[in-house]
Amino acid sequence: MEVVRLLDIRNLYVSIGDKQVLKDVNLRVGSGETHALFGPNGTGKTTLLNAIMGLPRYEVDSGSILFKGQDITRMSMDQRARLGIGMAFQRPPAIRGLKLKDLIKIINPGADGGRILKQMDFENFANRDVNRGFSGGEVKRSEMVQLLAQQPDFTMLDEPDSGVDLENIKLIGEAIDILTQKDTRPSARIKSGIIITHFGHILDYMKTDRAHVMLGGSVVCSGDPKEILEQIKANGYEGCVACMCPAK
Amino acid sequence: MHVPGEVKERAEKARDKKALYGTDVDLKSYESKAEAHQEVAKPEDLPADVKKAALDVGVSLDKESSGAYVQMDQSPVIAESTYEGVEVMDIATALEKYDWLQDYWWKLVAPDADKYTADVAQSPPAGYFLRAKAGAKTVFPIKSCLYLGSTNLNQRVHNVIIAEEGSELHVITGCTTPAHVQRGLHIGVSEFFIKKNAKVSFTMIHSWGQEVEVRPRTGIVMEEGSSLSNNYILLRPVKTIQTFPTCSLNGKGAVASFNTVIYSTMGNIDVGSNVFLNAPDTSAESISRVVSVGGDVIARGRMTGKVPGARAHLECVGLLLSDNGRIYSIPELDGQSRDLDMSHEAAVGRISEEELDYLMARGLTSDEATSVIVRGFLDVEIKGLPEELKQEIKNITQREDLKGA
Repeated sequence: MEVVRLLDIRNLYVSIGDKQVLKDVNLRVGSGETHALFGPNGTGKTTLLNAIMGLPRYEVDSGSILFKGQDITRMSMDQRARLGIGMAFQRPPAIRGLKLKDLIKIINPGADGGRILKQMDFENFANRDVNRGFSGGEVKRSEMVQLLAQQPDFTMLDEPDSGVDLENIKLIGEAIDILTQKDTRPSARIKSGIIITHFGHILDYMKTDRAHVMLGGSVVCSGDPKEILEQIKANGYEGCVACMCPAK
Repeated sequence: MHVPGEVKERAEKARDKKALYGTDVDLKSYESKAEAHQEVAKPEDLPADVKKAALDVGVSLDKESSGAYVQMDQSPVIAESTYEGVEVMDIATALEKYDWLQDYWWKLVAPDADKYTADVAQSPPAGYFLRAKAGAKTVFPIKSCLYLGSTNLNQRVHNVIIAEEGSELHVITGCTTPAHVQRGLHIGVSEFFIKKNAKVSFTMIHSWGQEVEVRPRTGIVMEEGSSLSNNYILLRPVKTIQTFPTCSLNGKGAVASFNTVIYSTMGNIDVGSNVFLNAPDTSAESISRVVSVGGDVIARGRMTGKVPGARAHLECVGLLLSDNGRIYSIPELDGQSRDLDMSHEAAVGRISEEELDYLMARGLTSDEATSVIVRGFLDVEIKGLPEELKQEIKNITQREDLKGA
């Protein structure tokens, strides 16, 4: 019998407009696992996350995305969110007239907004319009606050450490650990996550179980996060091109 | 008696004079005589449907206030002040009592401005007289409701508001018809005198029937150091509305802010403000937010800067959610001096897909996300109001029954 993975992407091809960006992506993330996604710019990492979330511009040409054993390839974004997928946006829009504390309630009426805002040292932003006039680091914290309210089973983070100072990286790393239940013993963890990071700074402040490298729209290498990051640091992505070990 | 011959004469000559803006209303198709209504001793004694209608436009007469005025058709049924420094009277009584009121009567709105003002000038006066005495500072608003309760009636109102030196006055006025009145006409003349260092907020909420026509005519004059926050909210269907209040900032350092929030489903809505910055260091801001799912909305804003150092900003932003609607935004800046700082921002468009996607990725359906964005858009941050009043206004614009398209 095949084990049902939390997320199971099979032979996925995705286009934006006329351009096919993802080519034969295969990726599996099990319950309780947190994965890191590496790769040079323009290689399809953000596209992959957006396709998993179901953003409208991302057209699936073929292949499938299974989540909790269900085929979600054609599902609407809000359905996916309600099924347990959550994403931190890299450049989220500002929403005029919508206060962050009100959005928290809308996302999850049962969420303890006060505690979450305190956790992210973000109480002063409760009454501000969502993302309006926020600095780069504030936007990231706003995203984490919303995800902590949403409590997704599968959290996707697109460069949560870019443009963020060290103090905030630590805060965000802690939030990711909460979202992915790193405070419980490994076998008891259910929640999972995937994180795109360029420099890996944030990996010093959070725990990851596995890493993947994307090149040219495909996942070309998977393995231990530290080992892969060391390889990239030593040899660059050219090293990965040379290696091209198949994804498992 | 109350109306000097000269006013009547001028009005007579203008009885067929069409207004500059808006569709033309056939005054003869409306009844000018209304059945008289009995005065009541206190707001609780008002008929249930009047209380309900008032509440519907945000006028909770039983909550804390500095006074109340309710007019049913042409009859003032309650006019009371609950705050020492404030006078609330019906205007006919006030004209009897104070001879000096003639110095304010028809001074900011011309009786011959158009056929509507002419019609009011030729009718027996009805409306409210509000006066904050020098130095009197209210926290709670005076609450007023103008109730048009008879089908086909031409309801005429003439109000005078005086905020004397150093006073603070907050007024919330709801103008409304009950569900059974479909057709009617409301003409309201209002004259505001805001004296030295006085602070006034005036919030008007309109809720009419689908066959009701509305022609408010407003003049405002502001002295040195005074401030005004003028807010207009229209969220329910109406046949036609046309209003273009004129505000003159005549004293040094006067500050005026106009906020307009409109949710249009039908009809012809032509609203805006016409502000003259006549003194040094004056500043004015006009912000209008329009959401349309139908009907024609013309959002006007005109600022005229006449002296160096005056500052003015206009913002007309519209969300057009349907092919059946039209939003025509007309921001006008008229600079007539050096060293002015005048600007405007106008935009008409649809809901941003990026914002929709963002909220949907948080689990909101497309409809829920649309509604959240529309309500946020209509939630204008109104400055200078007491917290209680801010909350009341927020409750009106955030109501569940205004879920958007």
